[in-house]
Amino acid sequence: MTENELIWRIAGGSGDGIDSTSQNFAKALMRAGLHVFTHRHYPSRIRGGHTFVEVRASASNVRSRGDGYNFLLALGDSFARNPSEGSVYGNEELKPLSENLDDLREGGIIVYDEGLIDEEAAAELNLEERAEENGWHLYPMNLREMAREHGREVMRNTAGVGVTAALLDIDVSYFEELIRANMPEDIAETNITILNEAYDAVSEQEFTHDLRVPTGDHENEQALLSGSNAIAYAALDEGCRFISGYPMTPWTDVFTIMSQHLPKFGGVSEQVEDEIAAAALALGASHAGAKAMSGSSGGGFSLMSEPLGLAEMTETPIVLLEAMRAGPSTGMPTKPEQADLEHVLYTSQGDSCRVVFAPSNIRECYDQTRKAFEIAYEYHLPAIVVYDQKLQGELRNVDADFFDREPNPDPGTVLTEDELAEAAHHESGKFERYQHDSEKGVSPRSIPGQKGGRFLASGNEHSPTGHISEDPANRVAQMNRRLQKLDSVRSELDAAEESHQTVHGPEDADYGLLTWGSQQDTVFEAVDRLNEQGHSVKAMGVGDLMPYPVAEVTDFLESVEECLVVEMNATAQFRGLTQKELGRFGPKLSSLLKYNGNPFEPRDIVEGFETSIDGGDLPDETMKYVPAAGD
Amino acid sequence: MSAFSAIGEEEEIESEDFTPGTEPQPTWCPGCGDFGVLKALKQAMPEVGRSPEETLLVTGIGCSGKLSSYFESYGYHSIHGRSLPVARAAKLANPELEVIAAGGDGDGYGIGGNHFIHTARENHDMTYIVFNNEIFGLTKGQTSPTSPKGHKSKTQPHGSAKSPLRPLSLSLAAGSSYVARTAAVNPNQAKEIITEAIEHDGFAHVDFLTQCPTWNKDAKHYVPYTDVQDSDEYDFDVTDRREAGQMMYEVESKLYEGEVLTGRFYRDDPRPSYSEEKQAIGEMPDQPVAEQYFDEDHQWDRSYDELLDLHK
Ligand SMILES: Cc1ncc(C[n+]2csc(CCOP(=O)(O)OP(=O)(O)O)c2C)c(N)n1
Ligand code: SF4
Ligand SMILES: [Mg+2]
Repeated sequence: MTENELIWRIAGGSGDGIDSTSQNFAKALMRAGLHVFTHRHYPSRIRGGHTFVEVRASASNVRSRGDGYNFLLALGDSFARNPSEGSVYGNEELKPLSENLDDLREGGIIVYDEGLIDEEAAAELNLEERAEENGWHLYPMNLREMAREHGREVMRNTAGVGVTAALLDIDVSYFEELIRANMPEDIAETNITILNEAYDAVSEQEFTHDLRVPTGDHENEQALLSGSNAIAYAALDEGCRFISGYPMTPWTDVFTIMSQHLPKFGGVSEQVEDEIAAAALALGASHAGAKAMSGSSGGGFSLMSEPLGLAEMTETPIVLLEAMRAGPSTGMPTKPEQADLEHVLYTSQGDSCRVVFAPSNIRECYDQTRKAFEIAYEYHLPAIVVYDQKLQGELRNVDADFFDREPNPDPGTVLTEDELAEAAHHESGKFERYQHDSEKGVSPRSIPGQKGGRFLASGNEHSPTGHISEDPANRVAQMNRRLQKLDSVRSELDAAEESHQTVHGPEDADYGLLTWGSQQDTVFEAVDRLNEQGHSVKAMGVGDLMPYPVAEVTDFLESVEECLVVEMNATAQFRGLTQKELGRFGPKLSSLLKYNGNPFEPRDIVEGFETSIDGGDLPDETMKYVPAAGD
Repeated sequence: MSAFSAIGEEEEIESEDFTPGTEPQPTWCPGCGDFGVLKALKQAMPEVGRSPEETLLVTGIGCSGKLSSYFESYGYHSIHGRSLPVARAAKLANPELEVIAAGGDGDGYGIGGNHFIHTARENHDMTYIVFNNEIFGLTKGQTSPTSPKGHKSKTQPHGSAKSPLRPLSLSLAAGSSYVARTAAVNPNQAKEIITEAIEHDGFAHVDFLTQCPTWNKDAKHYVPYTDVQDSDEYDFDVTDRREAGQMMYEVESKLYEGEVLTGRFYRDDPRPSYSEEKQAIGEMPDQPVAEQYFDEDHQWDRSYDELLDLHK
């Protein structure tokens, strides 16, 4: 086990403050000079139910959750529904301890709340025995009582942090600062008392473990952000001043962040009656001149299907987000999956004419969302950013000055009134908004209220002025022009300094791993491990899904003997897309698929790779390996 | 100077400005009530003093949705049932535009019913004209939400088992601040009502009876009509919600007994529009969003300056 890193897991019930506690914990470690990464696991419930968050921290860069973990803080579920043994759900009060033991590494540390999990309960789990077997270090502490004595029971998590700090030798002042910054004074002081009480209480004990928090230093100032933060901030920096939406996990996060900040940025946020309206509002706002966005998850995005097609047909710029969760239907609302790929690419009638990006980490969330706006407004089409429950919620430290960028309020390919005066008009006086031949397929638009710009935007096939037309020659000219925009976008992306495709590992490697979206950095961690173990592997993470990066992926696949495609769905959608777009490589491409509700851990990919090379079965039965065609 | 100089420009506005130059001629059937809406709207525009280029007309899908093709202005011919969300957002992005939405009874009371309720509730400062022909015209005469009970069509061969929807009552309950009904057979009243509706500062809903001689009733079914404001028989206060509600109930019931009652049924002028409400709580900027992109002096805030400290 590598002990130059800490993977701290805090477990309890939903509503136990696990989220906020872990955020502060991660931020404190970041301020202490470490690189941090969080992974959230929670059920679709407001109170109770087994929840945990992992904070992985290391002196060197961390880009993924780790394999298992080495420190458990089990708070006990204070909202447990039925703590009796015979209930269908088992003893929920005990779950934060019992459910987490399988993943705890050898030699790991367990702190649990004796106040909720008593001796009898611990005995029921054979805790002592198992600890002996696995070399675990047990520190039962009565967190509940400490919290009650000085404040309120809900402050147990603060006590847990105090115990953690003492056991790992972390300076409590990092936590004190954050508590003071985030809470009203009296509550903050109570929490600080509890923090220190807990710290002192455990310090009196003799420690049996060696693990200490690693030490590090940051060269640059750091910021701790989630994928949702990065997406929202990119939108604001692109001059997005209109958002419309309807809550749905996990998209709600971006919607919330935008709604909280838009008013002070001079924009408008609208929570509306449903997602059909949400998408339609974004279109209306964009048509009237705003840089606008909307978004949803699974079911909500399904409702946006028809307005999405309307955006393609009327060439109304719009940015849509799709935050995937496990489907079909309501599926598993709080679990990540990448099974909406085909949905996002093709939903809505007719040939798709949209741009789809799938960022893989916080930086890419920011960069690709900005690019999505730029392209949507320059090329007059919908640009979709597809991400998932994993990426939206995971926190990671980034150099703060990464965000020190110029804003971009450019409304794209729009004519000014002076330009409109010179532009082509039909003899009726209508502006020719949809001219057949135009550079890159983009025919400049006007905005209602501009003099000399009136035209009709129509979801029906239309003539240059926008009037309904079923003339075959016009039809083909308009279709071809609209689709030409995708070729132009591809050329622009190919010529850009920075590609949305990222390659990791030795250039001359024999084997390839191909993935997309949020799994990329986990795959990259697996690549490092495989190479350390003597394999010859490199990986590519793809960010451009439409228009597909044909040249880059072709080069990558030509350079390897075989390639394992890693994605979180059951039907290998990305592999299918790749084969469709490239028209070959079928015999080279096998698949590693995971759709059990949890994202890949690096070891899953290491094992999957070994299976693809050596044959045999995957050790984890909830994953699937699909050999290459003809294999 | 505004980037949208058509807005508020002093100019002589004539009804004919709203007739498209050479194309296209309306494709509505002869005798169709939809012509009446087009005419009333064209006549209302000089009265309200708004020009084609400061007007955005958003329509749905149906025979009625073609209105935007035959009316010269900025237009958005959207999808079935969705004219209201498109239109109200345009108004939020640029409150200085004159925004009008229009569509059929199927479009507005059926597939788009949810949007109708919520747009009314929010009281956006816009006009909504529903071409109520009590039928699905474009798809060849199927039963619509306002078709009378027992109405037979190809999809309801035994007659509709459903009571018709009450559009005026629904509008009132949902929160419209101006509710009226007019008819294509009564062009003078139609023009006046459309003018009032556009001038009203809030969500103005006009249920416009448009005969569909091809699939349903012809014009004579809406004659004679009574303007309740001109009739001695009806005495109610249009600003009184309770009296308005009672009147609407009667008007809706009578239509199916063959008596056509039209006029203004409710108005709540003091009620602030949605933009005003939003501005009052600091959720809408003084400068229209659409203007900001063209204003060289506009200051564009950055997430780096405003928000990043929260994360350090
Ligand atoms: C989502 C969707 N469903 C169905 C249709 C087919 N359709 C077009 S118009 C229409 C009904 C038209 O009735 P109404 O809204 O009353 O308009 P009218 O033609 O009577 O003016 C239908 C069902 C469609 N275009 N889109
Ligand atoms: S079908 Fe009816 S509603 Fe449609 S154009 Fe003809 S008469 Fe008018
Ligand atoms: Mg109709």
